[in-house]
Parts: sequence; structure tokens; C-alpha cells
Amino acid sequence: MSTWEIVIFTLIKILVIFTIMMLTVSYLVYFERRISAWTQNRLGPNRVGWEGVLQPFADVFKLLLKEDIVPEQAEKKIHSLAPVIALFVAFTTYAVIPIGPSFNFFDYNISLVVADVNMGILYVLALTSLGVYAITLAGWSSGSKYSLLGGIRSSAQMISYEISMGFSVGGVILLSESLRPIAIVESQGLWMWNAWIQPIGFITFLVSAFAETNRLPFDLPEAEPELVGGFHTEYSSMKFAGFFLAEYANMIISSALIITLYLGGYQIPFIDITTLGLAHWFEVLIYITAFFFKMGALLFFFLWVRWTIPRFRYDQLMNLGWKVMFPLALLNIIWVAVLIMVFNL
Amino acid sequence: MAERIRKEDLNFLERLYIPEIVKGLALTLKVMFKPKFTMEYPEVKFIPPSSYRGRPVLVMEEDGTERCVACGLCSRVCPPLAIQVQAAETESEKERYPEKFEINMIRCIFCGFCEEVCPEEAIVMSKDYELAFTNREDALYGKEKLLVPVHQLQDRIDFLRNYK
Repeated sequence: MSTWEIVIFTLIKILVIFTIMMLTVSYLVYFERRISAWTQNRLGPNRVGWEGVLQPFADVFKLLLKEDIVPEQAEKKIHSLAPVIALFVAFTTYAVIPIGPSFNFFDYNISLVVADVNMGILYVLALTSLGVYAITLAGWSSGSKYSLLGGIRSSAQMISYEISMGFSVGGVILLSESLRPIAIVESQGLWMWNAWIQPIGFITFLVSAFAETNRLPFDLPEAEPELVGGFHTEYSSMKFAGFFLAEYANMIISSALIITLYLGGYQIPFIDITTLGLAHWFEVLIYITAFFFKMGALLFFFLWVRWTIPRFRYDQLMNLGWKVMFPLALLNIIWVAVLIMVFNL
Repeated sequence: MAERIRKEDLNFLERLYIPEIVKGLALTLKVMFKPKFTMEYPEVKFIPPSSYRGRPVLVMEEDGTERCVACGLCSRVCPPLAIQVQAAETESEKERYPEKFEINMIRCIFCGFCEEVCPEEAIVMSKDYELAFTNREDALYGKEKLLVPVHQLQDRIDFLRNYK
């Protein structure tokens, strides 16, 4: 492929992924509201369109029309920069997640990932840590004590949980011997998903992912009863929508990452569909469907947990992060190393 | 001083959190599929019981006249001074009738004192709760809005006779 062709294909991929992300985010908000209602014996938004399916568009329209208020005490430039950082991190991370195997399209071999880089996992970890800046800067620049408290909490929380997250990923990398997401997916094979082989690592990663995305039970940065709205107390209109979008986009990325690292990516368990003799495009379609099915299930899990578990206290959060999650993640690495030594996996 | 009783410590499984979290998740999942209690308002309307204190209305007799004799007790007792009555004389048996009877629905607090004090059962609380207006003038309910035929209010009148 010539350079131009690569550029064009990448642009198309980015466009497709971006559209899918935006749509998923808006419907994630809708489903969050519906599911929260259902768990509380309510109906939720069901007025705009059939069963309220057009609600996200109404929401966006409302947010666009709202007045953008910047507090007088705020550090204006950083105040408007913070949501941009949040959005940037949320959307760029998706570049390395494969949603299906590569396939041949006329004479071109297209892989279903925007950037097939061989240090993809490092890239993801680096960018998600950058996301702390968005929240901390937002909290600091607002010139409000509640925002500042939210920002400080967020930085402390994300740094502590990043460690156990990194160490849990270590176990996966030991097994796959590569940092390339596609290689990690393929190393898991049909049934040897990392979630079965290293359940402790799976749980620590899942919990850290919840903490990294600031979802309940770890949503201390925005704990409403204590901090009004946490780091986004002083945000309104589209800047607020930016944080909102970023939060949900982060959820999508964490679930995509969990699928890639622990749940076999786009593969279907136990059934080797290459032996079924289906058309090539149909196989690819099945793989993509499998990926999105897993993603939907995980996203539902995210919402489900949010409306089940109460928030942690701050000291409990730190206890859990440093005294439980971190040793467990270390234990997981030892477990994987022992497995490799004994079974030559 | 009461001594503090230490509750039992969590056992090992409970301290692991995960089984307890799964229990909680199972509960919320069960609730998700239960029937909902929401009443979808504009289509389905709540019909209040007879003890409900909605908008105060004047009772209209079968012949189309008001029962009120314009004694002015309701306007005296009204805590937020929402009721205004102007009496006039009439040829009929009751001799007096309200020439003007006005309730300011912005002021009304639905306490029901007017109904309680009325010697003629002429002002009662109805079941009407849809009271939206777009300006202050609309909130002044005159006689034409207040008069309601007696058979529509029978429920409330019976309630008052039994429990007042």
C-alpha cells in the first residue's frame, strides 16, 4: 500500500470509530437512565420517540443551548482546556483496540484497528494516566473548594489504582509475550481466556478499571452528597457535556480493554468458526458482532454495578487500593509466572 | 450509660466482598424486571379519595344558583387572605347571595378552613389538582370558575358529614 492509501484508510477507520463511539456514548447515557430507573421501580425517560430512544439527541440539543458560565475566580484558560484534555484522552485511546481480525477487501488487507502499534498496551496506560490531568486541572482551575477537593481526590485515587492496573496487565503480557493488542487477543486462543487463567488478575483489573473511570463505587471525585458535583461543579453547557462524554467514552474504552486483555477480544469461545466453511466476509462480521456483544454485556455490567453498590469512604478506598488490590496484583504475576514455569504455556 | 454492644465481625466470606457484591447484583437484577409503579401522568390520572383537599369550589344547587349566603366567614378565616366576598340581596328564600366571590389561587394554601367554617356547606374542597396558569390574572378564580354542580361534589359532602 502506498502512503496515500494508508492515510485514506486510516482516516476512514477513524471516522467510523468516532461515529460508533459517539453513538454508543449517547445511548449509554440513555441506558444508564433507563436502567437506573428500572432498578428503582421506575420507568425512566420514555417520552422522546419510541420508548424514549431519541432522548440523547434532546439532551445534546439542550446542552448546546445552555449558557456557558465561567466563575470569576476561575483560571479561564485552564478551565476551558480541562474538558478538551478529557475528551482527547477518551477518544485517542481507542486507536489501538482491535474490533475484529484483518480481512481482504479487493486487493487491500485491512486490519480492523486504527493503529496496529506494537506497544499498544503501553500507549493505553500512558494515555489513561494523562486523563488524571483533565480532572485535577478542572478541579484546581474552577476556583471552588468543592471542585478542588474533587480534583485532589481524583488524582490520589487514580494514581493508587493505576499501580494495581499496571501490575495486572503485567500478568497478561507475561503470557502473550507481546504488547500488541492483536497479538494479545490471538494468544488467548479459543478458550484460554486470561479471565479463566488468571482470575485474580481479572478481578483486580476490573476493579481498577472501575476506579480509573470514576464509576461508582469509586466515584469519590464527584461524590454528589459531599462535593456538590465534584470536579465539574463549576462547569456548564458544552464544557460540562465534554466531561460527561469523556466519562462515558472512558467506560467504553475500559470495557474494550477488558475484552481485549481478558475476554478473548473478538473471538468466540469454543467454536472455531474458520472450520465451518463460511464466507470470509461473514466470518469477519461474526467476529465484529462477538466483540460488540461482549462490549454491550460489559457496559451493562458497569451500569448494573453503579446502581447496586454504595460509594466507598475515602480511607476505605485507599485501604482497598494499596493493601488489597496491589498485593493481589503482585500475587497474580507470581501465579502466572508459576503457570508458565510448570506448564510451559 | 448504655454500654456499646459490639456486633459480630464479618466472617471470611463476607470480608472478601465479592460474594456479597454478587448477592446485591442479583437483587437489583431481580428488581429490574418487576412491574413498575409509575403512573404515566397525562394519559393516566390519579383519582384522589374523598379526603383529598384539592381546589376549593362553590356548591351550585340543582336550579343553578349558588348555595352560599355570603356571610363572609370563609374570607375571615382564610389564613393567607385569598378569598374575597361581596354580598348582595336577593328575592329568594336565603335573602343574601355573593355578588362577587373570588379566590386567589396563588394565595390559597389548601388548608380547608373555609370549608370547615362554612355553616351552609357551600364551599368545599374538590378533587381537582390540575391548577396551572400562565399569568397572575388567570389565577383569580371568579364565580364562573368556582361554581360546580352539587352532584359532582356529593363525595366530599358525604365525607364531611361523616368525619368533620
